[in-house]
Amino acid sequence: MHRFHWLARTVLPPLAFFVMLLILWHAVVVAFSIKPFLLPGPLRVAAAISAHIGTLFGAALLTATGALCGFALSFVIGLTIALVFSQSKVIERSLYPYAIFLQTVPIVAVAPLIILWIGHGFHGVVAVSFIISLFPIIANTTNGLTSVDANLIDLFKMSNANRWQLLMKLRLPHAVPNMLTGARISSGLSVIGAIVGEFFAGYGTEDFGLGYLIILTNGQAKTDYLFACILFCTVLGLGIFSSVNLMSNLVLARWRGPVN
Amino acid sequence: MAESEVDSAPLVVARAAGKRFADGTLALQSIELSIQRQEFVTIVGPSGCGKSTFLRLVAGLTETSAGTLTVADVAPVVARRASNDMAFVFQDPNLLPWRTVERNVSLPLELANRNSEVRSEHVNTALQMVGLEEFRRSFPSQLSGGMRMRVSIARALVTQPRLLLMDEPFGALDEISRLRLNEEISELWRRDQWTGLFVTHNVAEAVYLSQRVLVMSARPGRLVADIAVPFPYPRLPSLRTDVRFNEKVEQVALTLHQTRA
Repeated sequence: MHRFHWLARTVLPPLAFFVMLLILWHAVVVAFSIKPFLLPGPLRVAAAISAHIGTLFGAALLTATGALCGFALSFVIGLTIALVFSQSKVIERSLYPYAIFLQTVPIVAVAPLIILWIGHGFHGVVAVSFIISLFPIIANTTNGLTSVDANLIDLFKMSNANRWQLLMKLRLPHAVPNMLTGARISSGLSVIGAIVGEFFAGYGTEDFGLGYLIILTNGQAKTDYLFACILFCTVLGLGIFSSVNLMSNLVLARWRGPVN
Repeated sequence: MAESEVDSAPLVVARAAGKRFADGTLALQSIELSIQRQEFVTIVGPSGCGKSTFLRLVAGLTETSAGTLTVADVAPVVARRASNDMAFVFQDPNLLPWRTVERNVSLPLELANRNSEVRSEHVNTALQMVGLEEFRRSFPSQLSGGMRMRVSIARALVTQPRLLLMDEPFGALDEISRLRLNEEISELWRRDQWTGLFVTHNVAEAVYLSQRVLVMSARPGRLVADIAVPFPYPRLPSLRTDVRFNEKVEQVALTLHQTRA
C-alpha cells in the first residue's frame, strides 16, 4: 500500500504530463496539417520505432558502450589527476587552468580534430566522450580531497600519520561524496559526448551508433525516424544517469551509515 | 617520554615561550610554566586569549616564535614523533563520519600500524572506559553530542597516552553532559595517571578537574596566576556544593576578572 502511494506520488504526475503532451502534439499536427517531414505526429514516430526497432537497439547499444567506456575512462583518469592535484598545491595551481579548458572548449568544434588524431570508429567516439566527461570528475574529486577540515588533519598529525595514510584514510574517504557528484554529472555528459563523437567519427555502414543514425536520418529527411533516434538518445542518457545515480546512492548509504 | 631516572623532572616546560602568527598577531607572550608528570593542570582564560594556541604548541602542531617549549626535554614535535603517546581532544568531536564508533576509536592504532588483535583489545578497553560498548557499530550521525565527545575521548585514550591535551572538549555540550563528563575524565585520570593539560573558559570545570588552575590574560596571552586546588581525589559530584570549592571558584573567577580590567 505504501509502495503504491509512493508510485502514485512520484511516477504518476510526470507520466500524466507525458500523455497530455502526446495528445497535444498529435492534436497540433492534425489541426494544422503539419507535413510529416517537418514535424511527424506521435503515431508516425511510434510506427518508425516499431519499423526500425532492431536497428535502433543495435545503435543504442553501441552508443551506450562508447559512452560507458568514455565515462569509465574519465572516472579512472579524473580520479588519478585529482589525486596528483591533492598532493601538491604547485601542481594543482599550474595545471588546473588547463583542466578548466576541458570544460570550456566547445566539444563540437574540437571533435573533428580528435577524430583526425585518434581515427574513425569506436576509439574516436570513446575519446570525445572521455574528454567531455573528464572535468566534473577532476573538479569535484579535487575539491573533496583538498577541503578536509584542518582539525581532522591535526588529528592525523597527532598520530604521526604519513602522507600515504593521510590520503588513504582521510582525504580519499572524505572525497567520496564529491567523487560521486562528479560521477553523476559526468555520466550524463558521457552520453552527449558519445553522440557528438558519432556525428564525426561515424562507423561503417555495418556498425553504427545513434549519433550516426541521427546524421543519416536527418540527411534523408526521415524526420519520424530521426525523432525515434532522439527518443532513444534521451532514454539512453536517462538510463545511464539513473544507474550511476542509483549506484552512487548505494555507495553513499554505505559510506555514511544509517541516518537518523 | 620513556620512563627514566629523571621521572621527577617536569614533563612540559615553557621558558619565555611566545607565539606570533604569520599575520603579525601576538597570541602568546613570555609563558613560564612547568607541568609535572601525572599532574592535571587546567588553563582558563577569556576567549581568544591564546590558550588553544598554547595547547597546539605543546602538541607540536605549531611552533613557538620566541623562547623555548619542551616536552620530555625535547621539542614537542620531536617528543610526539619519538614516543607516539601524546593525544589531543579537540573542541569538536572530530569524528570521521564514514567510520563506525569502534573504527573511529581504532584509528590512532591503525595509524601506528598496530596489529588487529592489539587494536580490538585496546578499542574494547577504551569503549568500556567511556561506556559506549553497545554503540560500537553505530555511526557518529546516530549519536548525541555527549556520546560523540565520549567517542572522541575513547579515541584519545586508546593509545594509552602519557600526555593528554584537551582543548575545551565540553564547551559545546549541555550542562548535564558536561558535569557527567567532568566526573568521568577525573576518574579516568585518577585511574590511569596520565598527565593532563585541559583548556576551558568554564571556571567551575577547571576547579573541579585539576590540581592546578593557570589563569591566562587576554591577548597577548600571559600566565597571570597559578592557583593550587588542594581537594583530594576521587572528587565526587558533591564537591561542587562544598563551600571551599565555591570559594576556590570565586578566587579563580576574581583573578580572571582582574586580568581583563
